[in-house]
Amino acid sequence: MGKLLAVTGNQAMAEAMRQINPDVCAAYPITPSTEVMQRFSSFVADGAVDTELVTVESEHSAMSACIGAAAAGGRVMTATSSQGLALMWEMLHIASGNRIPIVLTLVNRALSAPLNIHGDHSDSMGARDCGWIQIYSENGQEAYDNLIQAVRIAEHEDVRLPAMVCMDGFIISHSIESMEYLDDQVVRDFIGSFTPTYPLLDNDNPVTYGPLVLPDYFIEFKKAQHEATMAARDVTLEVAKDFAKISGRSYGLFEDYKLDDADIALVILNSAAGTAKDVVDEFRNKGIKAGILKPRLFRPFPYEEVGDALKNTKAVAVLDRSDSYGGFGPGYMEIASALMINSSRPILINKIYGLGGRDFFPEHAGAVLNELKEIAATGNVKTFKEYIGYRD
Amino acid sequence: MKLKNWKELAIGSVVPEAGNADSYNTGSWRTFRPAIIEENCIQCLFCWIYCPDSSIIVEEEKMVGFDYEHCKGCGICADVCPGKKGKKAIEMAEEGK
Ligand code: SF4
Ligand code: SF4
Repeated sequence: MGKLLAVTGNQAMAEAMRQINPDVCAAYPITPSTEVMQRFSSFVADGAVDTELVTVESEHSAMSACIGAAAAGGRVMTATSSQGLALMWEMLHIASGNRIPIVLTLVNRALSAPLNIHGDHSDSMGARDCGWIQIYSENGQEAYDNLIQAVRIAEHEDVRLPAMVCMDGFIISHSIESMEYLDDQVVRDFIGSFTPTYPLLDNDNPVTYGPLVLPDYFIEFKKAQHEATMAARDVTLEVAKDFAKISGRSYGLFEDYKLDDADIALVILNSAAGTAKDVVDEFRNKGIKAGILKPRLFRPFPYEEVGDALKNTKAVAVLDRSDSYGGFGPGYMEIASALMINSSRPILINKIYGLGGRDFFPEHAGAVLNELKEIAATGNVKTFKEYIGYRD
Repeated sequence: MKLKNWKELAIGSVVPEAGNADSYNTGSWRTFRPAIIEENCIQCLFCWIYCPDSSIIVEEEKMVGFDYEHCKGCGICADVCPGKKGKKAIEMAEEGK
């Protein structure tokens, strides 16, 4: 049994990093993730970890330093948000294409412009196609648990890919919640040691990283990358099984909340799912069969399992805290794809909410559930995609 | 040469064999070609030291010619060559002329 404490999400991530004790971390501050590396740098200064901390001049350099250190053979971590992730964008692809297992804490924050520092998912959704494993977390406990599991997933020999663990800026990163820390030794035994595939520092076996690959081989490497990404699905489940043994907390590819017999359902990521669960309870008390699907593993996306989980519902709303302007929200696109695998499927609508940290209140979830109830009964859809929670 | 399939390749496009550029012909990029004028060569081996592509062939401590499979024709060897009495031992000539 670990320790029960009241801490912020950022504090929990720094604590997980202390327990993981990575070989190298790169740090460049950006709100709201700054506190993660700030607290971790105290651990470095106090000698609580063996980590080499590289302070750099930009996030592009932070990710570059991580790639170099991980290629050298180290276990490597960093943290960022928003513009920081955007500035890393080029290097995110280099990390995944070179199959380098870096673990990143992403404290979700809206991308500029307009300039904003609060939580939405435009940063991680914008990096959705960068070849990173993406794991989302509802609260500090989940973020802490996911970060520890992400090390095992990323480093697994069938995967060898970078992974980002996402949690909502301020709502989670700066809010104090009670949560459980595992014992240091339990975490260390769980993650084990890292054996790199081709460490650059192995002088007896010199290798080249990052060669030019022309059309005769490029697609073969991308096929291999895709297969490794897909393998992360089973590995995530396997790691979650082991994690349940040390923590008593079970994780899957997604969380289904009262979904089994649900007629209507919300698909919603991260912290807002917590708010929505209370509202679903209220609907259940009124005899309305409502449920929630909260994605956890977003890359690779578990299409089959999600499709099966939703196939018996009548109407579903995907609530996206980011938008693909002129298209549907990124969550909607995934759920729509997942629903294609079964011939029976619900009517699917999309709501864009909470951009730039706008509060998501129970009444927002309630209004969407009422609309779904109406759609389930009549089959009539007013509009497939709309913004909610803004002044009209 | 039979191309490898996706399962046979090293992870992340790593090249696990050291120095395998040796087996890859890159000399075809060249537009200028170095040639040796033996009577002007004093065997100082400046060309060997300066060549960025390891394309000066040295046998028994003597410069004996160029590795045209890898020489890019940059002309550095010709530039640094002191030659004899002001006459260069390496001359660059346009390829295909
Ligand atoms: S031309 Fe350049 S590459 Fe060719 S031998 Fe001379 S120095 Fe080397
Ligand atoms: S630099 Fe000129 S003189 Fe010296 S070894 Fe080379 S070719 Fe001969």
